[in-house]
Amino acid sequence: MTTEHTAPQATAGLGDDDGTAPEFTVFGGDWSDVAEEATRLGEQRLVFNMGPQHPSTHGVLRIMLEVEGETVTECRAGIGYLHTGIEKNMEYRTWTQGVTFCTRMDYVAPMFNEAVFCMGAEKLLGITDEIPERANVLRVLMMELTRIGSHLVAIGTGGNEMGATTVMTTAFIGREETFKVIEAITGLRVNNAYIRPGGVAVDTPEGAVQMIREMIPKVRQRVDELALLQLENPIFKGRLQGVATLDLAACMALGITGPILRSAGVPYDLRKSEPYAGYETYDFAIPTSTDADAYSRVVLRLEECYESLKIVEQCADRLEQLEGAPVMVADKKIALPSQLSVGSDGQGNSFEHIRHIMSESMEALIHHFKLVTEGFPVPAGQAYAAVENPKGFLGVHVVSDGGTKPWRAHFRDPGFNNLQALSALTEGGQVADVVVAIATIDMVLGGVDR
Amino acid sequence: MSDAIDNRPADGAEIGPVSPGGRTLINVRQGMFAARGDTSGYDGLTQFVYEPTPAQRPYGGWFDEVVDVLEELLGAKAEAAIESVIVDRGELTLHIAREHLVEVCQHLRDDQDLRFEFCLGVSGVHYPAHTGRELHAVYPIQSITHNRRIRLEVSVSEGDPHIPSITSVYPANNWHERETWDFFGIIFDGHPGLARIEMPDDWVGHPQRKDYPLGGIPIEYKGAEIPSPDQRRQYR
Repeated sequence: MTTEHTAPQATAGLGDDDGTAPEFTVFGGDWSDVAEEATRLGEQRLVFNMGPQHPSTHGVLRIMLEVEGETVTECRAGIGYLHTGIEKNMEYRTWTQGVTFCTRMDYVAPMFNEAVFCMGAEKLLGITDEIPERANVLRVLMMELTRIGSHLVAIGTGGNEMGATTVMTTAFIGREETFKVIEAITGLRVNNAYIRPGGVAVDTPEGAVQMIREMIPKVRQRVDELALLQLENPIFKGRLQGVATLDLAACMALGITGPILRSAGVPYDLRKSEPYAGYETYDFAIPTSTDADAYSRVVLRLEECYESLKIVEQCADRLEQLEGAPVMVADKKIALPSQLSVGSDGQGNSFEHIRHIMSESMEALIHHFKLVTEGFPVPAGQAYAAVENPKGFLGVHVVSDGGTKPWRAHFRDPGFNNLQALSALTEGGQVADVVVAIATIDMVLGGVDR
Repeated sequence: MSDAIDNRPADGAEIGPVSPGGRTLINVRQGMFAARGDTSGYDGLTQFVYEPTPAQRPYGGWFDEVVDVLEELLGAKAEAAIESVIVDRGELTLHIAREHLVEVCQHLRDDQDLRFEFCLGVSGVHYPAHTGRELHAVYPIQSITHNRRIRLEVSVSEGDPHIPSITSVYPANNWHERETWDFFGIIFDGHPGLARIEMPDDWVGHPQRKDYPLGGIPIEYKGAEIPSPDQRRQYR
């Protein structure tokens, strides 16, 4: 350590063209000695773990990093820390009960798990076209509200991981507004078990449409705020622009879908390419970009929030028109007979239904009992259903042996597939950009590990 | 359902799996409530549940085109490669012999009339009743260009659970094949690093096989013992 550099100092004029603008560079302390020693040793290769409990890893993700200085030379993701055997468990439960399991996979976007599983079950049952319109509108409403919530979490936690807490709090305030509507209709904020094979569990409570209409500007305001707060911020741009790029060829090779594929220029969205639940009748756009970097994906997620709000608006109109229409298939062999009604304690069985099965009709009681305990048989065979989840292509492969329980239910979670791109997104970049890359993939480990 | 389920007449003969036309025997359902529609016992309370019968041409829609192009590209190998074609619930399933799987995938991906760019992973299914072909690997394959999806199905026995890896054609299947190895014990030959992915590295067994118990421990509640979920008396 040289004596004249015992404390950090500043000096002016470095790199000035005309010498007028003051510019400073900091040196001193023992930095130069550290750097000299590093040069003498020649190699600064470190291998270390990031996670599984690192707060920026969206759950329990282990990342093994090999770094040289600040540069990542190799990156591998290790998963499985959140494996809960959901697919195996579903083989021991009825198709209706299965909804409560699969909703817990990607817990930031639970409605999509329920929807895709029910669509698979309905395909096996051959009742896809018999789902009442109001049920489909409610499904679309729930999925779009969840999409907004999921995107806000992606943007908010992504900002938080880079040190911008306000981004997170603003995003969560917006998400809270969507939760208020979801909770009012389904009774729960997440893990709702709301979408069931054949329709949805319960119709909307009184005043739901009004509530949706009041929510829309509140959420839009928060999305506006996030856009204003971030998109022109020089630090934000510096951290995200040109970082974690994945071009189209790499996307195709790695099977990437969702915002990452759309940021590479492909307007691939199952809501447009294979419309389900009546998406072909809604007016909305698929935003795309060609920048293929982390910044463009944040922009896409914000734009998708606006598009989702447009769909929610249309859902509110339709719910008004379809007031009183059924929300479950007419087939009494599939539709659960229990009529739920929201009581003073939040939720419960309707008094009329209890009176009917307990004191009026023994057959109704037997029917109720059989359907609840045994479930309904699903014709043997296999089917594949897919929805556009906020993260990408969410697919389900369901197999039935003709019984009342799935023989096999396998989910293709987009996060599981997209996380494979982590090496391609991070290698050659800085260690700090690994966090940006994780945020831009936006996987949820509950869905990755299932 | 009537098509998929054979009720074997109760002639007192020994019950064993019969496999008409090489169709997948999904399950043999036995006992009351399991043998659906028969609670009297006169039918022997046994049902053989099969996958749907192979389709006959025309398959309908674009299915014919896909199979035609694929057969043309495979040439003389087509008959051996495509074991059967099933059209069910508006979905096309091709049963592929494992030794031709990589070539089939290569054609599906590269030919401009097929252009299936994405393989959406591989889903293992265990059919213990289907003797000699217990383990199935199901590959949903998606074309963005033509907006089509088909399903490839490869079946192998538990004793020889080898399937060539298709990661050379679809690199995205890397983790999916690791998962299927982890849960079903299907060995994907040629995979760059076939390690367990969800279960711990030193785990013994393949948890999603049907003979692997769900696990869990019995729960004592108010003096009564409630068995673990897979041991409970239940409807099937």
